Amino acid sequence: METVNLKINGIDVTAPKDATILEAAKLANIDIPTLCYLKDINEIGACRMCLVEVKGARGLAAACVYPVNEGMEVFTNTPKVLEYRKTTLKLILSDHKRECLSCVRSGQCELQELSRNLGVDFEDQFDGAKNVSEIDDSAPHMIRDNNKCVLCRRCSAVCENVQGIGVIGANERGFATEIASPFDLPLNTTSCVSCGQCIAVCPTGALYEKTNVDDILAAIADPEKHVVVQAAPAVRAALGEEFGLPIGTNVEGKLAASLRRIGFEKVFDTNFSADLTIMEEANELLERVTKGGKLPMITSCSPGWIKYCEHYFPDMTENLSTCKSPQQMFGATVKTYYAEKMGWDPKSIVSVSVMPCTAKKFELTRDDQAAAGVPDIDYSMTTRELAGLIKRMGIDFNSLPNEGFDSPLGSGSGAAVIFGATGGVMEAALRTAVWTLTGKKDGSPIEFKEVRGTAGIKEATYDVNGTQVKVAVASGLKNANELLTKVQKGEADYTFIEIMGCPGGCVNGGGQPRVHAKVRNFTDIRAERAKALYSIDEANTMRFSHENPDVQALYKEYLGEPGSEKAHHILHTSYVKRKVHEYKV
Amino acid sequence: MSSKICSVPFKGTKEQEAQLKAVINDLRDQRGCLMPIMQKAQAIYGYLPIEVQTMIADELNIPLEKVYGVATFYAQFALYPKGEYQISVCLGTACYVKGSGDVYDKLQQKLGITGGQCTPDGKFSLDACRCIGACGLAPVMTINGDVYGKLTPDKVEGILANYK
Repeated sequence: METVNLKINGIDVTAPKDATILEAAKLANIDIPTLCYLKDINEIGACRMCLVEVKGARGLAAACVYPVNEGMEVFTNTPKVLEYRKTTLKLILSDHKRECLSCVRSGQCELQELSRNLGVDFEDQFDGAKNVSEIDDSAPHMIRDNNKCVLCRRCSAVCENVQGIGVIGANERGFATEIASPFDLPLNTTSCVSCGQCIAVCPTGALYEKTNVDDILAAIADPEKHVVVQAAPAVRAALGEEFGLPIGTNVEGKLAASLRRIGFEKVFDTNFSADLTIMEEANELLERVTKGGKLPMITSCSPGWIKYCEHYFPDMTENLSTCKSPQQMFGATVKTYYAEKMGWDPKSIVSVSVMPCTAKKFELTRDDQAAAGVPDIDYSMTTRELAGLIKRMGIDFNSLPNEGFDSPLGSGSGAAVIFGATGGVMEAALRTAVWTLTGKKDGSPIEFKEVRGTAGIKEATYDVNGTQVKVAVASGLKNANELLTKVQKGEADYTFIEIMGCPGGCVNGGGQPRVHAKVRNFTDIRAERAKALYSIDEANTMRFSHENPDVQALYKEYLGEPGSEKAHHILHTSYVKRKVHEYKV
Repeated sequence: MSSKICSVPFKGTKEQEAQLKAVINDLRDQRGCLMPIMQKAQAIYGYLPIEVQTMIADELNIPLEKVYGVATFYAQFALYPKGEYQISVCLGTACYVKGSGDVYDKLQQKLGITGGQCTPDGKFSLDACRCIGACGLAPVMTINGDVYGKLTPDKVEGILANYK
């Protein structure tokens, strides 16, 4: 690697030739504040928080985009630099709805932190005209409050550059500039897929998920209701971050313990229905292959991806597996099989999920998601909302004992837990499919490492009993678009494709704890969180979905065989064809 | 959220659409082709309603927001058609100090539109303009070339009645 030598605040630094000042400073353990900058996503040097002095340069330089060069001398904290940053920040604050006490981001807000760190004294020094923006709460999953927007464009950059959707962007100009949809269309009339990546990258309280936490607490307090909860695989890999634990800490035991202490009557694991998904999906795949069904078959776990497919590839909705997502399968099982087992009226059950995802809030409102005649799932909350609830309930998370999930519907295989990482569903399906096709023998292969890792698109070919099975995995919707365009053009002939809406899969879902840009820009959070899941898988003695005893019991006692009529009624769903533009004139 | 979709019905023709598609095909491989395409589209249709912006976005395979962002950034792009009667209120210095701002507000209120827009029936469009060189008559407005001077807000209704 070619390097250059420079001095930052008098410290000698050797940095890669193509590094920016910001990256070089990091090597010297010098933090330069940023606000708009997100590595690889939004590199526009717009907010001017990262201004530094470069010897010999005219004016101050934006460290996030200014390249280093040999012999350069940089000063990151001279009085001039500090004064400029503070003034710029005060100007941003002059049109910011400062209600920090009640703001959802209070305590985790990048703007608030900058104000504190840069020593903002008179926050109202430049107050004058203010933009008053209408709040957009039309979408099922989120709220956009432009009164707290700082126009950093991180949200619109992730929407367009990472997800390839671009339903929000900068409208008008100058003081009137606003981030919004075209023609100020309400978000629910656009092709927004509810992925929540915009929420995950927003530095302030302008974007946040809709919450039902109060409804959940009211249900728990109602003696007539049975309130059960399930937690998705990826939640355990990230929840700890909200309590100061390092990224990638597995908190499975404390997760179960905290849900019990909140007051849920039964605490279940979505891993159960992930295993169930594999049983149904592997069966569906084998049927499609042997009976000449539509191929490639594409996974249907990610509701953001499903909505994207419906908008942008409506001709390929027949390729989608008809399997409900694990969240919905779980809800459906609880209100049918489990309700019967417990002698509960399905109407008395309030089924709650904890998800790394905001699109799950949309998914539960979809048609054909009510196996018992009532919605499969009543409320879905994000990992972030759960963290907030744990704090509100006065639970000392880090001191909790490790507890298990309730039985049945509380057990999961190693194959299930890796659903949370891109490639995980594929690997889990391959484990069971290969085992089935090779005669259900012991010693069938477990690890399919070619489909692991954070690459946006992965391909592999496996020899299964003499048949070459081609598979592909994509995460992030821009990557999904690239992959499907290839399939549509006939340039690729896969049998099975896994697609996850968020880059890196659910571990990096739009409902996961927000990671401060100063960490996110220098750490691959997707890889760190995925590691936690793969180590849970490795430590599990049960690595195949078909080995799950609760799943086996469900089929034996209730459903019959995978793909049976009853299984179809309860565990499968249907899709609609949408258009990219759904506005009505 | 209330959307900003133009309330005047779109009356684009097949011929206009063919013209626009020809323009796009001509320019699509050029770097930075969006602006020139939008300028030509406005020359064809007179303004850039959501229907036209959608055609441009779909043809170029870019998000509609990308087109709308440009359309609202530059003053040269109009989101509303011009009305049968085009009202132009001078907000130049002399007219403004003589109260043309109040006249402008009254017009917006009477017509139920804001500056730059057109009434849903296509009858009146309203714009602000700078000095038209009739400062002696300040405050001044024009309707399709008819000049009205020494205006006050309470004269607005009567003047509009002439154009029903």
